[in-house]
Amino acid sequence: MKRIWAAGLALGAAMALSAGGTARAADVNVAFVATLSGPAATLGKQLEDGFKLRLDQLGGKLGGEPAHVSIIDDELKPDVALTKLKAVMESRHINFVVGPIFTIVEAAIFKPVIRSGAIFISPNAGWSYLAGKGCNPHFFATSYENGQPHSVSGQYATDAGYKRVFLLAPDYQAGHEALAGFKSRYKGTVVAEDYVPLTSMDFQSELAKIAQAKPDAIYAFLPGGLGINFVKQFHAAGLNHIPFLSAFTADESVLPAEGNAALGLYGGADWAPDLNNPTNKAFVAAFEAKYHYVPATYAAQAYDTASLIDAAVREAGGAGNADKVAAAMMKADFKSVRGNFRFNHNHYPIQDFYLTKVVKGADGKLQTSIVKKVLTDAADPYAGQCRMK
Amino acid sequence: MTLLLVQALNGVQLGLTLFLIAAGLTLVFGVMDFINLAHGVQYMVGAYLAVSFYDASGSFLLALIGASLATGALGLLLEALVFRRLMGRGHLDQVLATFGLILTIGELVRLIWGTSPLQLPVPRLLSGAVPLMSGMGYPVYRIMLIVVGLAVAGGMALVIGRTKIGMQLRAGASNAAMVNALGVDIHRMFRLVFGVGAMLAGFAGVLAAPLVSVEAGMSDNLLILAFVVIVVGGVGSVRGAFIAAILVGLVDTLGRSLVTAAALALLPPMAAGHVGPALASMLIYLFMAAVLAVRPAGLFGVPA
Repeated sequence: MKRIWAAGLALGAAMALSAGGTARAADVNVAFVATLSGPAATLGKQLEDGFKLRLDQLGGKLGGEPAHVSIIDDELKPDVALTKLKAVMESRHINFVVGPIFTIVEAAIFKPVIRSGAIFISPNAGWSYLAGKGCNPHFFATSYENGQPHSVSGQYATDAGYKRVFLLAPDYQAGHEALAGFKSRYKGTVVAEDYVPLTSMDFQSELAKIAQAKPDAIYAFLPGGLGINFVKQFHAAGLNHIPFLSAFTADESVLPAEGNAALGLYGGADWAPDLNNPTNKAFVAAFEAKYHYVPATYAAQAYDTASLIDAAVREAGGAGNADKVAAAMMKADFKSVRGNFRFNHNHYPIQDFYLTKVVKGADGKLQTSIVKKVLTDAADPYAGQCRMK
Repeated sequence: MTLLLVQALNGVQLGLTLFLIAAGLTLVFGVMDFINLAHGVQYMVGAYLAVSFYDASGSFLLALIGASLATGALGLLLEALVFRRLMGRGHLDQVLATFGLILTIGELVRLIWGTSPLQLPVPRLLSGAVPLMSGMGYPVYRIMLIVVGLAVAGGMALVIGRTKIGMQLRAGASNAAMVNALGVDIHRMFRLVFGVGAMLAGFAGVLAAPLVSVEAGMSDNLLILAFVVIVVGGVGSVRGAFIAAILVGLVDTLGRSLVTAAALALLPPMAAGHVGPALASMLIYLFMAAVLAVRPAGLFGVPA
């Protein structure tokens, strides 16, 4: 046993030396975790492309220091994410872990990342626990707390006077949280709260229930393939006269597959491609020129994350001191594609949320477009439970 | 009332899709005592091929015919390369090898067609909807699916019930060794069953493609249901598979509606939101357990 230990140490030392050959102590080492295979791969691709675009614009440097990014495909499996990430963190010192898409992966890698001394930034997954009791000086979310995008539609449904709303979500943790998020700001009657299996492909049965219930509006959280199928079948059943509110169900990651069936559907989001500010215009134009598809929130938030790291490393004079970097990150002194962006004391953003609608862009591609601002300078409801100052 | 009718139609439609997948599976299992977990991938491959054929030809009918024949050919190829070598070996070997095939073919599909879901449009001729209940149209395409499914089932009943090859199949399902001893080339029969079974699964995949998005893993869930169908129907019985498929479709679709409604009526809303869906997804397995408790060999199975 002892001999194995010694061999392991020697190997580790050798790897550290070889890593030292390519990366200097002053360099910025990033581990980027996203789901890049399987049905949810389009989401991870958006995240990766958004981050890479900003990094390219910065000449491959973050805060003026050369950046080394290790891309890790978590395969949407928490154990796989942890194994792959640990392998990277053992081979060289990582300053920043950026990712992931899904909260289950975020929860699995959170403790090991924090223990390693790295700064952990989530450009998408927004576990409510980390916004409240579990908040951490070295963890930042550049997205939102998971319930927030859903509460946008809840607020809108209340404002629009929808008295009876039909709710639909997959039967898993995030599905229940999503509908809870909607209900947190909805004052009317929920006529049905329908949960479907996460593997559902055919929603004909749910559509019949919706037609029977005749609600004023429906709220759907059906991410990825679920949304593609549901939106097409909703349209085929001729139910499009019912106002359709959603989040992650009709966004740019699935719109190419949903096609015209998605036209006119509403969503709640912290960003849309036509959000009117110069930084965003430049971002969307550069993104489409480089990748030939329309960015979604995933790409926008990842782009902001790269800008944030860049600003913080420059301010802190390098990525070496994590506490210094974290303090610099709190200033959020960068130009966000969301315009109005700052961090709350729990390291989650205080930002605006919008009602969006699916439209056909000038180039004929489908995209979401901002209808109106629903929440201004919104902080998440868990911030009060966070003891950080 | 109309809601119940629409849900029943949905159930029958799901049942017929399951039948097309289960028909080949039950024969291969029944006649050859061969467990083919990879049967479901034919459904997925059929859908993917249909998208490619459609993109090339622009005709849904050509895509349907081309993709069905191609999946049949793929079935024969797999039989020659893999399954033939697994005959007569233990079930565990068969399960392992065919499970490996699921992974391999799934990855191949991702390599060839990419990870993003693909779409196959509903043919223009069938793109309308019939107003079955107020506020909602029932798509003509789905009605066509029910008609086609019933026609295929009727055709199979004729072949199995009235032809020589059908007679040999039925005999093989009840006692394969005896049929072999009587001079029927059971391996040739297996190839035939295999090719036709693969083709039917591919055919089902093409038909389903315009309704759902075409993606890797689209058949994973259906394969499990197909196994429920063949166990409930009785292994080796196509008639059993048909009746079981319709029953499973109805129990799943109607049950889902009724159980969630019942949960809402009996429990506080918060609890109902958790209990309803959980119970609903158990229903067909409870149904299977109930059938097996009364008839251990399935509805039309031959008791061992």
